Amino acid sequence: MHITEILFWILTALALFSALMVVSSDNPVHSVLWLILVFMAITGHYILMNAQFLAIVNMIVYAGAIMVLFLFVIMFMNLNKDSEPQKSVWLRLAAVVSGGSLLLILVAALKDNGGYINSMKGEGSIGLIKNLGNTLFTEYVVPFEISSILFLSAMVGAVVLGKKESSTPAA
Amino acid sequence: MSKFIFLIPLLPFVGFLINGLGRNFLSKTLIGIIGSGVLVASFVLSLLAFSQVSEPGFTVQVINLFDFIKVAGLNIPFAFQIDQLSSLFLLIITGIGSLIHIYSIAYMHEETPAHFARYFAYLNLFVFSMLLLVMGANFIVMFIGWEGVGLCSYLLIGYWFGNNSYNNAAKKAFIMNRIGDLGFLLAIFWMLSQFGSITYAEVFAKASTAPVTVLTGITILLFIGAMGKSAQIPLYTWLPDAMAGPTPVSALIHAATMVTAGIYMIARSNVLYTLAPTAQHLVAIVGIATALLAATIALKQNDIKKILAYSTVSQLGLMFMALGVGAYTGGVFHVMTHAFFKALLFLGAGSVIHAMHHEQDIMKMGGLRKKLPITHITFLIGCLAIAGLPPFSGFFSKDEILAAAHDMHPIYYALGVITSLMTAFYMFRLYFLTFSGTFRGTEAQAEHLHESPFSMTFPLIILALFSIAGGWVGIPAVFAENAHKLSAFLLPVLPERHQHHHFSHSMELMMMGAVVLLIVVMILIAAKKFASVKSSEEKQLSGLGKFLANKWYVDEFYDLLVVKPVSQLAAFLSKVVDQKIIDGLVNGVGRGVQFSARQLRWLQSGQTGSYVLIMTVSIILFFIFQLLWKA
Amino acid sequence: MPIIPVNYYIFLSLALFAIGIVGVLTRRNAIIIFMCIELMLNAVNILLVAFSKMHHVAAFALDKTTTVGTEAQLFVFFIMVVAAAEVTVGLAIIVMLYRNIHSVDINFLNRLKH
Repeated sequence: MHITEILFWILTALALFSALMVVSSDNPVHSVLWLILVFMAITGHYILMNAQFLAIVNMIVYAGAIMVLFLFVIMFMNLNKDSEPQKSVWLRLAAVVSGGSLLLILVAALKDNGGYINSMKGEGSIGLIKNLGNTLFTEYVVPFEISSILFLSAMVGAVVLGKKESSTPAA
Repeated sequence: MSKFIFLIPLLPFVGFLINGLGRNFLSKTLIGIIGSGVLVASFVLSLLAFSQVSEPGFTVQVINLFDFIKVAGLNIPFAFQIDQLSSLFLLIITGIGSLIHIYSIAYMHEETPAHFARYFAYLNLFVFSMLLLVMGANFIVMFIGWEGVGLCSYLLIGYWFGNNSYNNAAKKAFIMNRIGDLGFLLAIFWMLSQFGSITYAEVFAKASTAPVTVLTGITILLFIGAMGKSAQIPLYTWLPDAMAGPTPVSALIHAATMVTAGIYMIARSNVLYTLAPTAQHLVAIVGIATALLAATIALKQNDIKKILAYSTVSQLGLMFMALGVGAYTGGVFHVMTHAFFKALLFLGAGSVIHAMHHEQDIMKMGGLRKKLPITHITFLIGCLAIAGLPPFSGFFSKDEILAAAHDMHPIYYALGVITSLMTAFYMFRLYFLTFSGTFRGTEAQAEHLHESPFSMTFPLIILALFSIAGGWVGIPAVFAENAHKLSAFLLPVLPERHQHHHFSHSMELMMMGAVVLLIVVMILIAAKKFASVKSSEEKQLSGLGKFLANKWYVDEFYDLLVVKPVSQLAAFLSKVVDQKIIDGLVNGVGRGVQFSARQLRWLQSGQTGSYVLIMTVSIILFFIFQLLWKA
Repeated sequence: MPIIPVNYYIFLSLALFAIGIVGVLTRRNAIIIFMCIELMLNAVNILLVAFSKMHHVAAFALDKTTTVGTEAQLFVFFIMVVAAAEVTVGLAIIVMLYRNIHSVDINFLNRLKH
């Protein structure tokens, strides 16, 4: 077994286990920490696939910025206790069964896709910053700039939503 | 010419908009000036159009304003057609219309400004619609005008809507017109499917290609339309009731213009009628029957306006007979002269009613000769004209119709003469009861009696002049060769009557003389009987007189035959069908929905989680379905 | 040459996605549900990168200078952009929710019923 294959299995196991822990841990803070671990595992997969730029972005944006934001909100609302009320057992069972059957059905649908092979090592350089940046700032410059407008509006939206309403009484 | 033609109908419409929208702001003087001014302006334009039409070498002008309906294979333009026939009608409508508008200013002076403006707005709208009717270059534009005049007639009959019987009269007129309109509409559809077009020029050009049965069907349907609008048997009973409207309205709409729309329509489609002899015979028979029936009823009426109304129905019947025997020019000629003297008579009656403070019973009048000199003279001229004495206008047009009738069949001629004699008799009964003898009204009325103001007598004088001279454009060949100017003028549109027999001039003169003599005799009998009636007490009527005074019981007959069964059907529908079946159905649907809603409500828990669960399950089901589908 | 079938990545992605769905369905805490949605987004991202690589490898065998597969990775980049914006707004909504009902339990959000 090649080293990359070993790494693949380790990362896969880590990702799935952490994801299960995200869903099952009672404390929201623990969930966030497990989720960071999932993202790290996914970053590892990106590196294995030689998608270096995405690996870095995933690390910085997801595992860094977004998860810190989650943590911040949880801390802010003081939710880091284990007292979350649970849904009824039957409902949770139905949820697990339907999730499992979704997985089953999707696997059944996609399992015949086996003809193609995915190389782990660095042939080609599409995942490198040079290639991606080149394409992004030539062909995709307009969507790129538009995404800045999206950010601006998201920012404005967040400020408007998060602002304490002074004039109108809270609902 | 096409540059200003569209202004002729547009001006009254603008007047309608100004008066209709500004009725709360405008003063009565301003309303009157606007209402009459637009009509005078469009009369001047009509004169211009007429002068250009009468120039030698004029060809029919069709002015396309815009596409009205344009769908696959069907193109109906909103177009005007100016030719000899429509320009003549333009003159009649705008000319008499202007006079009646001026007359109305004084006649309606008691109304409040808002109602005054409403009156003029309706009147202007009516003229607009009537102009559309005669100017349209296809049957659709004519139909728009046709419906428009029907609407205005309804609005004006019910002008004093405070009185419920007036409202009923308005509804009666509208409904009877609708029955006719349905015939007209069906004829339009039939023409559309037969000829693929409803433009006059195309329809008439293709007319000879259609089978006779189809043409007969179309023309009979058209005639049903004309029956409603022009008050012929069996749809004539609305016209006498329509006298509920203000008198100038009766003069304009129910004597001079709207009711002649049917004549115009048949004259316009003369090409079709000439190709369908059966329909033509039907027109003639219905026409003469109406003429006789209405004349007999008019003999025994006491309401001054009712007499004039039945006289109008009778004269319209004569016109239809003229059309039916192929004398299209004669029919149109009589429309013109009739417009003059009947408008004159109605306006004169209006003047009398005005002086009598809205008293319309001629038994309570009498001796008005001295108090209302101008009205008296002009009214007398009108009576002489309608009676058909030379040299008044009615003589020439009626003579032409009778000559054509004789040419077709002596029976038509005999009935036409009888109608004319009765016309002379009841008109002079009306004249003598009103103007000679002693006054039979109350003291208060006697004190109030006065001649009408100048703006009312002015139209009377003008119309009286035309009632005398209006017939001189159609002097028959007996008196002078080529003196029938109207016939020559209308020749491009209305074909010359095909003459079966040819009389010697002496024979024709003799018959004419005999008829005139009989008419004079009738007038003398009327004078002897009614010139010096003393009391307003009515004799107890019996037998035939009572039958006639009650208008042949036609209204009662219609009531029994149509109105009662329809009411009973309506009651049945309302009580059983609507309340039991329809309501039951509707309520049942409501209950069913409520029931199923209660059953479905548990699905809507409001929990986002359950919605997501349902969504997931549905997605799974979709996948399963797709997999099975592939397999 | 190490070879891993693309199916493995598909299965990994599907497993993460299913775990995310189960999380959304079982939990009542709005923040955790939100995190599960992020998890599902990342599962899709893995899939995109894997397919990008797969096509690139196939094309690379014929042409050494090919850039096939670039678009898919850019797509992932834009997904991350959108996700970041979404998280901002979503968390703002959750904060407002907490301010109004003093809880982030979605069971209290049953106003849709009324």
